Amino acid sequence: MAEVEETLKRIQSQKGVQGIIIVNSEGIPIKTTMDNSSTVQYVGLIHQLVMKARSTLRDLDPQNDLTFLRIRSKKNEIMIAPDKDYFLIVIQNPSD
Amino acid sequence: MSSKTPKSTVSSAGSKRKGKDKKSVTPVHSESVPGPGHPDDIFPLVLTSATQELFGCRADEDVTGESPYKLLRKDDIVQDMKRRAAVSDFSTVKQIVLDYPEEEILLVFDRDFTYGQGFYLVLTPEAKEKILNPPLRSETETSGECEVYKTPEPKLWISLGSEQDIEEESVKESREKLKYKLSRVRRKFGTLVCFSDWNTADAKDGDVECASYSDSRFSIKQMERDCGIQAIPKLQSSSAQTQWKNQKNMCTQYEPRGFSEEEKESLVQSGSLKNFINSVTPRVLQSLQQNEIMDVFLDNWTALGIGAEEFDTGERANNLMVYQAFTDMQYSKDKTISSINWHPTISGVIAVAMTENVSLEQRFNQSTKFLLNPPLILFWCFHDACTPQLLLECPDDVFAFEFCPTDPNIIIGGCMNGQVVLWDISTHVKYLQGSMPRVRKETSNSDAFDFEENRENETPLVRYCAVSAVDSGHKAQITDVQWLPQTFEVTKTGTPVENKNKTCVQAITCSPDCSVMFWDIRVSVNQPATKLKQNVDQKQPVKSYGVPDTFSHLDRSWKPLLKVSLPMIDVNGEYSPLKFSLQDYICDSHTGSNTDAAHLHEDRAEVTPDYSKLQVPSAKTLKSLDDVNTKFFVGTEDGEIVYTDWRLEKDNDSGRLHSAKPLHCFNVHDWWVNTVQRSPFFKDVILTVGGWNFAIWKEGVMDGTIFQSPPSTQVCTAGCWSPSRPAVFFIGKANGNIEVWDLLEKTHDPSQIHNITSTKITCIKPWIFSSKQHFLAVSDDKGMLHILEIPRMLYRPSSDEKLRVRIYLETEVDRLVYFTKRRDVWAEEKKDTEAMELKKKSEPMKSLDYFNEEEQKEYQEYQELETSILKSMGLLPATDNMKEF
Repeated sequence: MAEVEETLKRIQSQKGVQGIIIVNSEGIPIKTTMDNSSTVQYVGLIHQLVMKARSTLRDLDPQNDLTFLRIRSKKNEIMIAPDKDYFLIVIQNPSD
Repeated sequence: MSSKTPKSTVSSAGSKRKGKDKKSVTPVHSESVPGPGHPDDIFPLVLTSATQELFGCRADEDVTGESPYKLLRKDDIVQDMKRRAAVSDFSTVKQIVLDYPEEEILLVFDRDFTYGQGFYLVLTPEAKEKILNPPLRSETETSGECEVYKTPEPKLWISLGSEQDIEEESVKESREKLKYKLSRVRRKFGTLVCFSDWNTADAKDGDVECASYSDSRFSIKQMERDCGIQAIPKLQSSSAQTQWKNQKNMCTQYEPRGFSEEEKESLVQSGSLKNFINSVTPRVLQSLQQNEIMDVFLDNWTALGIGAEEFDTGERANNLMVYQAFTDMQYSKDKTISSINWHPTISGVIAVAMTENVSLEQRFNQSTKFLLNPPLILFWCFHDACTPQLLLECPDDVFAFEFCPTDPNIIIGGCMNGQVVLWDISTHVKYLQGSMPRVRKETSNSDAFDFEENRENETPLVRYCAVSAVDSGHKAQITDVQWLPQTFEVTKTGTPVENKNKTCVQAITCSPDCSVMFWDIRVSVNQPATKLKQNVDQKQPVKSYGVPDTFSHLDRSWKPLLKVSLPMIDVNGEYSPLKFSLQDYICDSHTGSNTDAAHLHEDRAEVTPDYSKLQVPSAKTLKSLDDVNTKFFVGTEDGEIVYTDWRLEKDNDSGRLHSAKPLHCFNVHDWWVNTVQRSPFFKDVILTVGGWNFAIWKEGVMDGTIFQSPPSTQVCTAGCWSPSRPAVFFIGKANGNIEVWDLLEKTHDPSQIHNITSTKITCIKPWIFSSKQHFLAVSDDKGMLHILEIPRMLYRPSSDEKLRVRIYLETEVDRLVYFTKRRDVWAEEKKDTEAMELKKKSEPMKSLDYFNEEEQKEYQEYQELETSILKSMGLLPATDNMKEF
């Protein structure tokens, strides 16, 4: 538990990080640093996107798999690191 | 005469036709007269087979359908006739043959029995010729069509057999008519007739019945009937109603799935999550750091912001170019301009307040002169540099005036004697709009001015509408006046409340008599009574003709709503304010309005309110606005910047309301503060100019200035922010220089210095005329108003200028905060070091002996150490070693 906390703190301490969410494979948030409504919104939308991205890659090449997904927008960047059972969403606002 | 016989021949011929073979043609015992249906010059003939053989014209052998012509010699026929006499077939035509002129007679085999018999004899040589050599008819027929139609000539009637038909149909007597004669005895005529009954049944044939009978001829069954039929498309509409059993959702209400707290805890504890985190973290950290290192998506070229067109012009573009200069011989002589204001709505119109450029003593000496020539506010328009467009008469020298933001026809000013003045130029605004040219207008002038007015002097003069009561105004000259924004108003205790009318109704003035006053231009609650009283006491005030009575309810009886004094923080005394600046407040009820200007425009009432009808509402009825910042900055005569709250506090002892002590006071400038202005881009950044330097403050950071300029050799007499570039501001100096400071370029020196005039600059005001033209109005001590055009570089902000300035200010704030912290730390350290030194000094002096003893001890220890080392190294002198043995 402490390890998880510590790692999350490390990520949180990076410059510009606005929020971190840990989501399970079904799309239910497990741990989050943002408020509930934003978390639910992010999770609901990003879960679908990750599923779509993953299925796209698997369709193109069944031996391939998604390792990282970065969505860069005007205001911030959303980074999603998927895994077998969970995935981690980090929202960063690059200050430059 | 002739009986109807041809029918039989035809019928027999018909039967013969059916036979149509070499059967012998049965002779017909009919008289072979040329029956109807054949021309006269041929004679149908029957030839027996014997005759045929004899003459070599056997049917279908010698003569055929193709060659039916046979020429027979006349002599042969005659011989045949002689030989066979009556049996000869030619007997019928005996006479014709004998009469025939030529030697040969044509016999034609009539295969088709067209003329009734198997053969026919051509009777005339002409016909023979015609038959044998049928004339070519085909060509002549076609050419005949093109010929002109000739009326047919009457020809002899050719019998074609029609007369026989007529003869047949005509009724002729077949026998003689029979005559009968009937007679009766004469005496029986005319006698009475006796009728008697007679039963018809008695005698046979007594009656003749004519019974009706159904004639079968008439019972015709209609087998056919004509009827019309039209085809049309078959249309059919039908409907059916089914039971809609297919269910579908009308609406769905859902909420997201979540885990309960225990589940979350258990999951967090689980090993799989730990593994996940460990595996994922490096990637995430790497990406995060990548973003930190560099922004790969930044387009450097576009981020440069400034296009190529900036670099084409050279030096010329960087200077403030003089656009126009306004001065008037009559009005500006010996006067100085104390304040400038651009007209908020009419572009190109600027108003300047002219004041006497004399010291106080001279004022007293020359006071009579001033009565005759009242001080004025001049309105200049761009199109006319020589004559002002409008003059406003002031009761005394005006040092500060402002246009009302919601109604630019109302102008408030503060005079030298402490009175507050109001003008209403709504009737004369047309002169400013340029619709009426300023020259030669006396004939068309329907508005009559004051009779004192010089007719030839074309500039219209407007008298003030209202002045405040002499005894209730300021005691010293009013140096600054500002309108309260129309979003809120202030009650008698200074509490801000909402402003129901969307116009500015209150103004604030300040004066070196250590007070800041709030004025309301509406009818106050106390007003009517006093006004009435005044009217009874005094004569009716002589109202000049042409003065609008917009503010007649205020005239001469105007009292301030609220008076705020500025007691000094530490000592007894009061600050004497010269300029102030309060924070604007944007009303919450208007969502989405970003700028004040937009806000004002939409709120500006189409009809300016009638101020005499507006009443100051009671404080209880209005909603108080708690988020209005009631604190404001004041610049004083001594160069201090005071930050205070205008709300009146209740004094605990006496229960009276009095002004609170200011929150902060900073002594930054050394002389008069002449400008306290908020930045148009950051509402908490204030520029203050006074003495020999200027400073930038941030509201909320009360440790000190964010930026303070180094003291310059000249007195800074005026300053203003640039309205379009957040980092630029202009400072006017006493030697007539304008300094352009750019915070992002350099902060120790001005970016540019321009010399405009030779006397001191009294006021600077910028104005955005159009997107390409930005002007700076500069007034000097000699009464001249210079309009300078700001070059493009100075008015066009770079794309991220606001951000950079914000960052700069934030770093400055950080520096300040850091500096103050360090200062505290140093102060503490200094205290500590001092304490330590003090402690050291207070300790008793150690004696010399003590020191010696200490030294001896040390020396002995050192010697022992030396011997032990030498011993261990084996370098001891010999004497010692021998001693040991």
